[in-house]
Amino acid sequence: MSLEPQPLLEVRDLSIAFHQGGRTSLAVDRVSFSLKPGRTLALVGESGSGKSVTALSIVKLLGATSASYPSGEVLYKGQDLLQANEEALRRVRGNEITMVFQEPMTSLNPLHPIARQIGEILELHGMGGASERRTRTIELLEEVGIPDPANRLDAYPHQLSGGQRQRVMIAMALANRPDLFIADEPTTALDVTVQAQILRLLKDLQAKRGMAMLFITHDLGIVRKIADDVCVMQRGKIVEAGPTEEVFRAPQHPYTQALLAAEPKGKPPVADPTATPVLTGDNIRVWFPIKRGFFRRTIGHVKAVDGISLTVREGQTVGVVGESGSGKTTLGLALLRLIRSEGPIAYLGQRIDGFDAKQMRPLRRDMQVVFQDPYGSLSPRMSVAEIVEEGLAIQSPQLHWRERREIVAKALFDTGLDPAAMDRYPHEFSGGQRQRIAIARAMALEPRFVVLDEPTSALDMSVQAQIVDLLRDLQKRRNLAYMFISHDLKVVRALATDLIVMRHGKVVESGPAAEIFAAPASDYTRALFAAAFNIEADASGVVSQ
Amino acid sequence: MNTQTLHADIIPKAPLAPALPGKGLFHLTPVNQRRLDNFKRNKRGYWSFWLFMVLFVLSLFAEVIANERPIMASYKGEILFPIVKDYPEEKFGGFLAQTDYRDPVIADEIKAHGWMLWPPIRFSYNTHNLDLPTPAPSAPTWSLTPEQCAGVLAKRFADKPGASCRDLEMNWLGTDDAGRDVVARLIYGFRISILFGLVLAGISSVIGILAGAVQGYFGGWLDLVFQRFIEIWSSLPHLYILIIVSSIITPSFFVLLGILLLFSWVSLVHVVRAEFLRARNFEYVNAARALGLSNAKIMFRHLLPNAMVATLTFLPFVVNASVTTLTSLDFLGLGLPPGSPSLGEMLLQGKSNLQAPWLGLTGFFVIALMLSLLVFVGEAVRDAFDPRKTFS
Repeated sequence: MSLEPQPLLEVRDLSIAFHQGGRTSLAVDRVSFSLKPGRTLALVGESGSGKSVTALSIVKLLGATSASYPSGEVLYKGQDLLQANEEALRRVRGNEITMVFQEPMTSLNPLHPIARQIGEILELHGMGGASERRTRTIELLEEVGIPDPANRLDAYPHQLSGGQRQRVMIAMALANRPDLFIADEPTTALDVTVQAQILRLLKDLQAKRGMAMLFITHDLGIVRKIADDVCVMQRGKIVEAGPTEEVFRAPQHPYTQALLAAEPKGKPPVADPTATPVLTGDNIRVWFPIKRGFFRRTIGHVKAVDGISLTVREGQTVGVVGESGSGKTTLGLALLRLIRSEGPIAYLGQRIDGFDAKQMRPLRRDMQVVFQDPYGSLSPRMSVAEIVEEGLAIQSPQLHWRERREIVAKALFDTGLDPAAMDRYPHEFSGGQRQRIAIARAMALEPRFVVLDEPTSALDMSVQAQIVDLLRDLQKRRNLAYMFISHDLKVVRALATDLIVMRHGKVVESGPAAEIFAAPASDYTRALFAAAFNIEADASGVVSQ
Repeated sequence: MNTQTLHADIIPKAPLAPALPGKGLFHLTPVNQRRLDNFKRNKRGYWSFWLFMVLFVLSLFAEVIANERPIMASYKGEILFPIVKDYPEEKFGGFLAQTDYRDPVIADEIKAHGWMLWPPIRFSYNTHNLDLPTPAPSAPTWSLTPEQCAGVLAKRFADKPGASCRDLEMNWLGTDDAGRDVVARLIYGFRISILFGLVLAGISSVIGILAGAVQGYFGGWLDLVFQRFIEIWSSLPHLYILIIVSSIITPSFFVLLGILLLFSWVSLVHVVRAEFLRARNFEYVNAARALGLSNAKIMFRHLLPNAMVATLTFLPFVVNASVTTLTSLDFLGLGLPPGSPSLGEMLLQGKSNLQAPWLGLTGFFVIALMLSLLVFVGEAVRDAFDPRKTFS
């Protein structure tokens, strides 16, 4: 190569500070990187590392009131965007530099059909003529892989699936043939199978258009798949940068090494089909009626869970995997008798599906649940001690409060938290610590059966591994029966003894986990595994878009 | 805090639980502490709150500030408390069942054999000033001309030839059309307005929160039916019903309270219902359900605190609305029975006595001050509960 191409984007010594309550905190500390046309740069880091803030500040999308830039410059084609005025920025935004955000649900206006939302961008950047815009919109939708685009023009966002919505967002971002495309965790909210499709789409489009891509993610698997270069960020600083292959092969910085090693490891307990069954469900059905017309007659059902049988045994884990909307969580809630269901459910051989709330109450101490979102599952108004002891106060009212506190302290200790912090409030804890509190709340009652509803999904990779270790450790010590619901197959592989693959409320495949992971029998399971472990899209059409 | 390691087998023998932190009477959760700080940071609202509290507490002691009886008296060596106890006039040589301490004969008699400790204002809300210099409504005493005072001076101070208007008993803001002191009526009227507003707002909040909570939490048919009922109920013409009822029974404080309560409880239902509807599927509510908590407990412990934010934000405005309602009813003559001290009635007098501007102006300024203070407090409360507002 005779001439090194000029970098399209060059960020030099960028610092970003936030001001709140008279305090100033440095979110990004002297970050430098550059991006050449046609290349992909990935910014990787855990939540709070400043990667999204960096991306947003490239086109100055941070609120001007609370953020400031103590140092640095953002050179785009030689022009410093930090110094540019609002008008110059508007010319660049949406035209030369475009962005796609994480949440496809909220990035589109729910009240406008998609054609209008794409057309608006074309119009804003100077494309006149309604029919011309329409043709271009169809072209764009076709390009991002929306089937039969001419007929989807008047669809509203809620009529599209999450993956399709993200495709529409990408179409909007591509509308004006940008030179730089910034993708801020574009696949995090999507199912693994859809994620693989979207990533391939982005890669294809980039190759076709020759645009530069700045890709922000926390998922190292994606980075390896898509990026040419990678910058690893930790607490606002870039700790390691370089070509992706090199960084992955020989990580230099201890943080990068830790990140790469953070995948959930370890083996699930040995499958033991003779262990005592704790909970059995037979042909469980949860059907939500669809009611229409003046008299609200039931005309059909949404079959969220449609005839699923399972047995959870002492000291064993049943993993339930599937895409979002496949009915995993509904199944878990049905087994705990938190929603209405049909079909016999037996706890230690005793039928409980006919029990009312009062009869269930004493059983609640044996059947516990841990939810996905550690921020939503702890009441912000109660101290940790109050949260953890709440169940005890109901289940064992005869205990003195001092004894209850002792049990709480022990539960916190067991989950790896310092009991001395029990009178603090949830907001003072990190996501991983909060999930430990939620686990402690379940464990304080000494249950025998625990439903774990995606307990690791909202957590950073390194914390995920710790929680997985903790759960396995607790299971071993207390001989717990787990039902582990997740879409993250790596975590499931580290925990589950048996596996149920669900789709549209039905079982696709079930059996001992080791066997299924080794040799999946159905096409759907194979496609799911390919997407999860290798981020490969399946072309055969067994997965939904 | 070390969360990285797992301690499986090193469980210590000593108790793990730390001692309870000192939870005094005024223990605040960090969230509430931040709210209190935010409230204090809104200077206008904070000062309005204190000013309002001072005025309100002062008005609670209206009897000690403005009364036609002395607080304490000594008569022939006996210590008397006329403010709390009725003494027949016989005791002082009169003939009435209750002593009129303002009567010059009695006053002179007591003074001759002891002393009297008077409140700063020697009128109660229903005391008629019998020594009016001009026909009622009489202007503030300090604004009178010597000619206007001459008549009364001749009658009351016949033995003191040098007396001027200043020696007369002061009516600082004049009197109303029945010769009653405006300041005294103002203090009592302020008290009754605020008390009425607080009680009405308090009871209707409790009813509204209960109704909204039940509807939002259980949803379904209950919610549907209740909502339709509320729609019909709140479309009833309140004012006409009030007029009809008050023509059948004499409206007293509690009758008015009851009638207004029939309609005012609706105002908070929607907010609370929406909050419960939103929060009933929160994960921590689900977690509480999984722990085996009863519905009532979940509603009280987990959902009510959420709804309280919206409720407390609304409360000052509900108080305001209640005060305004009472004032306007009094202004229309449908409110408290005749003779009761009331700001609305003072406005009505101001309207019918345009030649006596002190009536209308006093009423206007006091009501304006009271409502403004409450609105400022309301704003500060709203700011304090705004989760996005972490700094001023």
